[in-house]
Amino acid sequence: MYTLGIDIGSTTSKCALMKDGKEIVATSLRVGGMGTDGPEAAITDIWARTYLTRSDVDKVIVTGYGRKNYEGADGEVSELTCHAFGGNYVYGNELRTIIDIGGQDAKVICMNDQGRMSNFIMNDKCAAGTGRFLEVMANILKMDINNLSDCAMQSTSPASISSTCTVFAESEVISQLANGVKRPDLVAGICESVATRVGALVRRVQVKEKVCMSGGVAANEYLRKVLGDKLGVTIEYDPLAQYFGAIGAAIYAYNKK
Amino acid sequence: MAEEVKKAPRPVDPNSAKYKLGKIAGDAYVNAIEAKKQGKPVAWVSSNFPVEIPETLGIATVYPENQAAGIAARGAGERMCDVAEAEGYSNDICAYARVSLAYAKLKECPEQDVAMPDVLLCCNNICNCMIKWYENLAQELNIPMIILDIPFNPDYEVSQAFIDYVGAQFWDAVHQLEEIFNIKWDDKKFEEVTGFSCRSSKAWLAATGEAHWTPSPFNGFDLLNHMAVMVTARGKAEAAEAMETLLKEYKENHEKGVSTFREEEKYRIMFEGIACWPYLRATSKGLKSRGINMVTTIYADAFGFDYSSFDEMIAAYCSVPNAINLEKARDKRVKLCKDDNVEGLLVHTNRSCKLWSGFMPEMSRQIGEACGIPVASFDGDQADPRNFSEAQYDTRVQGLMEIMESNK
Repeated sequence: MYTLGIDIGSTTSKCALMKDGKEIVATSLRVGGMGTDGPEAAITDIWARTYLTRSDVDKVIVTGYGRKNYEGADGEVSELTCHAFGGNYVYGNELRTIIDIGGQDAKVICMNDQGRMSNFIMNDKCAAGTGRFLEVMANILKMDINNLSDCAMQSTSPASISSTCTVFAESEVISQLANGVKRPDLVAGICESVATRVGALVRRVQVKEKVCMSGGVAANEYLRKVLGDKLGVTIEYDPLAQYFGAIGAAIYAYNKK
Repeated sequence: MAEEVKKAPRPVDPNSAKYKLGKIAGDAYVNAIEAKKQGKPVAWVSSNFPVEIPETLGIATVYPENQAAGIAARGAGERMCDVAEAEGYSNDICAYARVSLAYAKLKECPEQDVAMPDVLLCCNNICNCMIKWYENLAQELNIPMIILDIPFNPDYEVSQAFIDYVGAQFWDAVHQLEEIFNIKWDDKKFEEVTGFSCRSSKAWLAATGEAHWTPSPFNGFDLLNHMAVMVTARGKAEAAEAMETLLKEYKENHEKGVSTFREEEKYRIMFEGIACWPYLRATSKGLKSRGINMVTTIYADAFGFDYSSFDEMIAAYCSVPNAINLEKARDKRVKLCKDDNVEGLLVHTNRSCKLWSGFMPEMSRQIGEACGIPVASFDGDQADPRNFSEAQYDTRVQGLMEIMESNK
């Protein structure tokens, strides 16, 4: 039985096609989230790579911020539940905490010993501590967001970004650039700023190991390490981290068959 | 495209609690406007000020918090906040205060006009922002302000010293009002008013307590409307009578197996914080459409003052939710959750109310642990619509529901 999970986020769309809720057949990611052709492009990519069509798939579940307006699915479920299923798929029942930093929000999901979400907490209505913050900063520095981590690794003295507001931090970064702060130190400071903000959120639900990260920002190794150091834990990373939502949606679809 | 046909509102039975309570709440505004026309004194009063004082002295009352909630619910919160902000008030201060200060400047707002005051009766047991808000009103309108200082109580119980301190101020406020308006305190009338206030409170608390039944005989959002009477008119005979009708109806609902919650009640939650008035419909729909009934909220129970002596009355005013320490506040909520079989807690992180929202992260954590229930919070505001995102609200409510489902 094939099931498809679609995760329509604020900046990207992800899909995961699974067989019998256990085997990942294909994944796809396209830039462009809700309100763009990103979701359709990701789905088309899945069909192109698997030689399957919509009629071969038994159930489609959509998640993410764009879930409410997507009409091609059989149902929708929150990304919180999907990330929990996705995290459990990768790490099993030992997983206790998932830190998901997405494009427009940050979530901390607490898991119980049965692999289910037991509680969660999300950021307040502010872009600080989310992928959007990193995106804005990367734009100012004219860098690819995917290169932030490598650049930060070269830092010898991370700059201090004191503002917790994305807009204020933007002008702070510009003035630090003007003052001759080295780019790696500035990028490291930017990553640490996000880690500090998210770290405070995680502490509110009392972090328990095993801890992993999901979402696009999980790929930022420097940020992961800094956040882990702040929390005193090791944060696990899996290349599928950005697909947890889509994988979880496909598993959810299978469970609801 | 076919024109949308608007459903005619269902006629309300004039003998129903809904009708009676709606009339009392509406009449309170009309009566104050009428009193003003007749040259009688009108007071603007903070919501947890002892209603027994103006009611006994026959002073017509307007509750600016209630007015601001009405204005916000009718969609004019942002317009009024804009006026206050243009006057120099920061958008970080309470939106009720901004709406009220804007009204003091404009002296009109079709969404909820009120009589202008001759005196301000302020009590800081609800928050300390209230003092500056009322001081500014007093300055702008050039009228006296009388304050009952009921400080935050760091102890679990209310001490006799605390009661004596507030009790003395109670009588001082009475004497000041007697002097300002040349009116006389009447002990018999006071006794009558306290009787009505206690009757209203007893019936109100018993009515909200009917939520212990599963399913609940009412939709918790009803309480947010009905509580207006507890805020503004609990010392009146008709309020006591209407609250007793409400209790009777809820009891009958349970006996008949019906509820004002029109969906199947799949989940039961406690709602924490002041209602998000500008988005009352959206916040209500987000719950109702998922079969989530908000069966209880401390916000509603906060306006039930039951006592049998003067000291007990004062102690009750010293024990309102925002004036008590974290442990007592937590225990009250844990009791509500347990009594009403609550399965989840939804917290309104209300940008207007720094006090309430400030202590909620820790308190909600403790409540969640004590009751073994999941907790979700969302950003919003009691009157400023700019602080709410429907998509954010929806995701969090859905997440909460999915945990409650998985816990079943």
